[in-house]
Amino acid sequence: MNTPSSHRRPDPAEYLRDGPNLTGEALHQKLAHTWRDGPGLLGWMRSVDHKSIGRRYLVTAIVFLALGGVLALLMRLQLSGPERDLIGPDRYNQIFTMHGTTMMFLFAVPVMDAMAIYLIPLMLGTRNIAFPRLNAFSYWMYLAGGCLLWIAFILNVGPDAGWFSYVPLAGPEYSPGKRVDIWAQMVTFTEVAALAVAVEITATILKLRAPGMTLSRMPLFAWAMLVVSLMVIFSMPSVALTSGMLLSDRLVGTQFFNSYEMGDVLLWQHLFWFFGHPEVYIIFLPATGFVSEIVQTFTGRQTFGYAAIVLALCATGLLAFGLWVHHMFATGLPRLGYAFYTSASMAVSIPAGVQIFCWIATIWTGRPRFAVPMLWVIGFIVTFVIGGLTGVMLASVPIDLQVHDTYFVVAHFHYVLIGGAVFPLLGAITYWFPKITGRLMSERVGKFGFWLSFLGFHLTFFPMHILGIQGMPRRVYTYPAGMGWDTLNLISSIGAALFATSILIFVGNAVLSLLRGEHAAADPWGAPGLEWATSSPPPNYNHPHIPVVEDNTPLWNEKRAVAYGLRVEDREMLLTTVIEAQPDLREPLPKPTLWPLIAALATTVMFVSSIFTPLAVVTGSVPIAAALIAWFWPKDRGPEGEPVID
Amino acid sequence: MEQQRFSTDLALLPTHAFGHRSLTWWGIIAFFLIEGTAFALAIAAYFYLLNQERYWPPPPVAPPDLLAGTLFTILILLSEIPNTLLKAAAEKEELRPTRRWLVVLSLIGLVLLVIRAFEFNSLNILWHENAYGSAIWLLLLLHTTHIGTDWVDTLVLTGLMFTKHGVEGRRFVDCSENSVYWRFVWLLWLPIYVVLYWLPRMVN
Repeated sequence: MNTPSSHRRPDPAEYLRDGPNLTGEALHQKLAHTWRDGPGLLGWMRSVDHKSIGRRYLVTAIVFLALGGVLALLMRLQLSGPERDLIGPDRYNQIFTMHGTTMMFLFAVPVMDAMAIYLIPLMLGTRNIAFPRLNAFSYWMYLAGGCLLWIAFILNVGPDAGWFSYVPLAGPEYSPGKRVDIWAQMVTFTEVAALAVAVEITATILKLRAPGMTLSRMPLFAWAMLVVSLMVIFSMPSVALTSGMLLSDRLVGTQFFNSYEMGDVLLWQHLFWFFGHPEVYIIFLPATGFVSEIVQTFTGRQTFGYAAIVLALCATGLLAFGLWVHHMFATGLPRLGYAFYTSASMAVSIPAGVQIFCWIATIWTGRPRFAVPMLWVIGFIVTFVIGGLTGVMLASVPIDLQVHDTYFVVAHFHYVLIGGAVFPLLGAITYWFPKITGRLMSERVGKFGFWLSFLGFHLTFFPMHILGIQGMPRRVYTYPAGMGWDTLNLISSIGAALFATSILIFVGNAVLSLLRGEHAAADPWGAPGLEWATSSPPPNYNHPHIPVVEDNTPLWNEKRAVAYGLRVEDREMLLTTVIEAQPDLREPLPKPTLWPLIAALATTVMFVSSIFTPLAVVTGSVPIAAALIAWFWPKDRGPEGEPVID
Repeated sequence: MEQQRFSTDLALLPTHAFGHRSLTWWGIIAFFLIEGTAFALAIAAYFYLLNQERYWPPPPVAPPDLLAGTLFTILILLSEIPNTLLKAAAEKEELRPTRRWLVVLSLIGLVLLVIRAFEFNSLNILWHENAYGSAIWLLLLLHTTHIGTDWVDTLVLTGLMFTKHGVEGRRFVDCSENSVYWRFVWLLWLPIYVVLYWLPRMVN
């Protein structure tokens, strides 16, 4: 069969390919031209480069961290003493709801996605992420969801029913107006984004690994992200479904959660926590991936117990789906339910413990260098173990019933989420900062910031354990004098100020280092992963030649091989087989395009207007369909395009 | 700097393949899992509500009438015949039969959507009357979204295969994967059919 094209296509043998005859600077010129984004704002909006999208995700998530952090400081100011009247109850309800929602949906999950989007293709030795246009689309959806929530908050329509929006409080009877609808639709936006990223990461990890990088040679961060992506795929549909049910109860009068019409309020809790509990591990497991990578580099030896860590990641991923009911102990359950979910909740501490012992063994048997990323790892281990122990306490029903909805729970989950995820994240940002920016962050400032953070964090959250045991409920906008809670609350507020200062120092260090930091070589830490094989920052095509991998720590290997023969005048990636990573196909890749942005705008119009009228779901689908068809319609790749059938 | 050795030549690798060798196949499998999970949870919600009630459906509501739903089920099962033929033709990269079976499947999709409209009319309850009504409308709407999106997808692909773009190997991969997706759509319908139409006749 011949290709009926007006262009004369060159013989495939004539295509320009990388190899011994095309390498070094000449290759760089060609590849950089092929993989360029185009100039200016339009080029920025059309970009499908995983590094560009990853950086956007990272900066946006950190902006939301700052916004959520300001809300936390406002709450700490209000609670620093009894009967303060800085914030009224209605505003306070909005603030704690916005804080939780922002931190969970707009910071924690997207920031882990950001790191994976940026790092995974570099670590696997490929040129871009799988489905790069979907990646761009996911970012715009995330941004639109975040803007929806925060613009609503500024207009005093911020959600106020808590970050898990329990019915009947969040139902049409007790929450009239649009505040809860804003929350539920923000969930839809962020779930679309997170699910899209999960699909891209799964496909990237399974199909785009460098030749020779079998599953058992994959970096542990990639293993963590594979497990996390599968968890996202199986858990996020639950919250998307149930927030859709809540919206329809509120908009078109369905009765899912109305107990007077055969509905059930606990159905909400089941569907929410079937997502909400895995969500915690979706945030935590990427952080364990960071830790495994950092520990390996800063001890100069391969992470101890590779197989044990991989199994622990998988076990955590599976167990995470059997724990959701421990959020519902106070709703009343059958005896067997209590026993099952208590034992499952306690069991998940086993794989967490396995990972921690593996890291300790790595440090013990290696030659540790206590640079800033390693300090964050140590801070993580100490803090997370404390949070894990209070988690085991909370898994026990009698204790849970006593401290349910008190500050003890607030203390517990800040220990596991900040200690377990944010500390490793700050270590990871410090660690990969030279790769992303080409400059090193200041060690001196970094060390000071770390110790201030560590002190500020424990000063803020440790007293909350005691406050909880003393009976202080969470989500109260103030408390009367004479309860014995004054001093501990004041200490906590002082700690919060210190912790916030340390985060400011971290961000300040990053900004100053970006402008004036020491220039970084390709591999400034002596790390073994493929992301360090290319220059810092990486060129738009990532690796000049596709690396070939022969063990778990390829850069510590003196003899390094590369594969060659990919086209340099058209965007092309290598697909390998799923388990053994044998070279299999050459995959042509899309060029920069505006359609993901247009599709995201059309989807935003539909999502936002469907808060107000159900008709928008039908009419709004038409522009979305049009944008998607234009997106998928094959683009003429010009005379350099390769004919596939001849 | 260590030595760089050129060890593996990739130039002769093909640029498309079918099934699990294709990247988009993995994307489709991931979307199956997402959508399948959503359906499984919607069915679980239905059972959760059922479990709280003594009679199902709540009297005096009658179970959905069988005719439209059963017709729909028979037709969607029969659609697997042209679907299998489409998949085979696409994987042999034969343009004419691929085009033919795509047209047939587009027409079947249209007929299915018409029957589906009658199905909504035979549920014997509206979505806002009680939670039973809400649950069955949810299941049927979710599946209709599936049929609708796959139908539009098939229409676009059919149009595409009649243009100059249709003669590229990667488009045959798209056709093959469209068939895989359609299998998922009808497989998913079977438990929903049983839950919607037969369960209310069996539980009391």
